[in-house]
Amino acid sequence: MAYSDKVLDHYENPRNVGTFDKDDPDIGTGMVGAPACGDVMKLQIKVSEQGIIEDAKFKTYGCGSAIASSSLVTEWLKGKTLTQALEIKNTEIAEELALPPVKVHCSVLAEDAIKAAIVDYRSKRVPAGESRDANPEPRAATL
Amino acid sequence: MTEKYPIYLDYAATTPVDPRVVEKMLPCLTEHFGNPASRSHALGWTAEAAVETARAQVAALVNCDPREIVWTSGATESDNLAIKGAARFYRGKGKHLITVKTEHKAVLDSMRELEREGFEVTYLGPEPDGLLDAAKFTQAIRPDTILASVMHVNNEIGVIQNIAALGAICRSRGVLLHVDAAQSTGKTPIDLATLPVDLMSFSAHKSYGPKGIGALYVRRKPRVRLDPQIHGGGHERGMRSGTLPTHQIVGMGEAFRLAREEMTTDNARIRRLRDRLLHGLLGIEEVYVNGDLERRVPHNLNISFNFVEGESLMMAIKDLAVSSGSACTSASLEPSYVLRALGRSDELAHSSIRFSLGRFTTEAEIDHAIKIIEAAVQRLRALSPLWDMHRDGIDLNSVRWAAHG
Repeated sequence: MAYSDKVLDHYENPRNVGTFDKDDPDIGTGMVGAPACGDVMKLQIKVSEQGIIEDAKFKTYGCGSAIASSSLVTEWLKGKTLTQALEIKNTEIAEELALPPVKVHCSVLAEDAIKAAIVDYRSKRVPAGESRDANPEPRAATL
Repeated sequence: MTEKYPIYLDYAATTPVDPRVVEKMLPCLTEHFGNPASRSHALGWTAEAAVETARAQVAALVNCDPREIVWTSGATESDNLAIKGAARFYRGKGKHLITVKTEHKAVLDSMRELEREGFEVTYLGPEPDGLLDAAKFTQAIRPDTILASVMHVNNEIGVIQNIAALGAICRSRGVLLHVDAAQSTGKTPIDLATLPVDLMSFSAHKSYGPKGIGALYVRRKPRVRLDPQIHGGGHERGMRSGTLPTHQIVGMGEAFRLAREEMTTDNARIRRLRDRLLHGLLGIEEVYVNGDLERRVPHNLNISFNFVEGESLMMAIKDLAVSSGSACTSASLEPSYVLRALGRSDELAHSSIRFSLGRFTTEAEIDHAIKIIEAAVQRLRALSPLWDMHRDGIDLNSVRWAAHG
C-alpha cells in the first residue's frame, strides 16, 4: 500500500496521543469501529465554558490511514466550536491525507468519532430536569 | 556487521533463485537454446536431454518415476490441471469432490469453477490446530465422490497434513487424491513410492528455483487420466501442450536436486533460527501462535499480536519483508480466510504476521527482527484503545461495538 507523505508523517509522529478522564464533565468521548473490523478509534475532546474545543486526544487501533485520520482530526478540532467541529466532513479528511478509495472508510470513522464525542459531551451537559433520552444514541461503543 | 534491508522473512511467498541454479540456467538461454521438441538436429537433442535430466531430478526429490512428471507453468496451473482435468475426465463416475477451507485459492477457485459445471463440492473445516480430522474426512466421502484435494503444507500457517492417512482412506474408497505440495518440497520429505497419492502439484520458485515453472505428478500405477486444459502440439504426453521452457525446467531440476541434497542440514539450521525467533517473540505479552507448532515445517511462524492491527504493524516493521493476515493488506478487506477457518477471531486474524525463513536467513537477521518487532508492538499498543481496555481488565467480547458504517 503506497501511502501519501502526510499519512506517513501522522503515522510516524502521531499528534495528541493520549487519554482524558472520561468522567470529567468537560470531556466528550467517542469510540467508534469494532475490533472485528480491524479498526477502533477513541477520540476525546476537552470543551471550554465558551463551547470551544480546547484540546483533543486520540487512541486508535487500526491501519496506518486510520491512525493518520484520527491524528489529523485532533489537530483540526482544536480551537473550533462544537458546531464548526460537526462540519468536518470525511471527504476533507480523505482529501487532506490523499487516502486511496479502499481507505476512505478510515476517514468516515474519524468523522463518526467527532460526532460521537460531541454527542457524549452534550449528554453530560443536559440541564437538570430534562430527560437524557432526548439525546440521540451515540454511535459509540458502550461498556 | 551490516545487514541488508529489508530483512527478507517471506520465503513462503517466494524465494530468491539460488546462484547455483542461475548458473545452470544461463547456457540454456544462449548456447543451448534449442527447442526440446526438435528431433531433427543436435540443438533439439541437447535441450531434450537437459529437460529429461531435470525431470529425473524432480522425480528423485519425491521418489517417483520421471515419466510421472508433467511440466506446467507453476503450482497454480498444476492445481487447475489436476482438479479440473481429473474431475472432467472422470465425471461419468460421479460428481462429488472434497477439499478443505484452508486450501490455496488455486484449488478453491478451481473447485468453484467445477461447481458452475454441475459438480458438488464439500469444503471441510480444519481443527483449531489447522489439521484435518481423518474421521470427518471419511464421513464426507459419498458413493459418487471422485476426487479429494488436500494440501500438504499450508502456505499461511505451515502445518503439515497427514497425507499418508488421508491417502489410505481415499484408496480404500476408490477416490482420487490430489495434493498441493507447493510449500513442502525441500521442507519435509515426500515419498511417492509409499504415499497413496494420485496427483501432486509442485512449484519451483518456493524452493530456490525460478518463477514460471512447476510440475504435476500424475501416477502411472494405477494410472490416472486427465482431460488436458491446454491444447496444442501434444507435448507432455498430451496432458499439457506448449513449447517447454528449457531454462526454467533446468532451473527447477537443479533447485530440486539441491533441495534433496541439502534438506536435512538446511532444515536443522532453519528450525534453530525459527525457534530463536519464536522464543524472542514469546517475550512479548498477548501473542498467539496460529496453527500447530509440532506438525509444521520449520520455516514457518505465524503469530498474532493481540490489540495491534496487522497492517499498521507491517508499516512499523518496514525493515522486515513479511506477510500479514490483516484485511487491510488485502484488496478484499477480509481478514485471512485460513485463520478464520481455524476459528481464530477476526481480531486475532487482523493482528497476524507470517514469518517464513529460508536458506539465506541469518541469526543476526533474526535477532534484529525481534528487536524491531518488540519496539513496534510496544509503540502501537501505546496507541491502541483496545490495549488500554485490556489493561483495565475489560473483556473486549463483552463490549457492544458500534456497527461498522
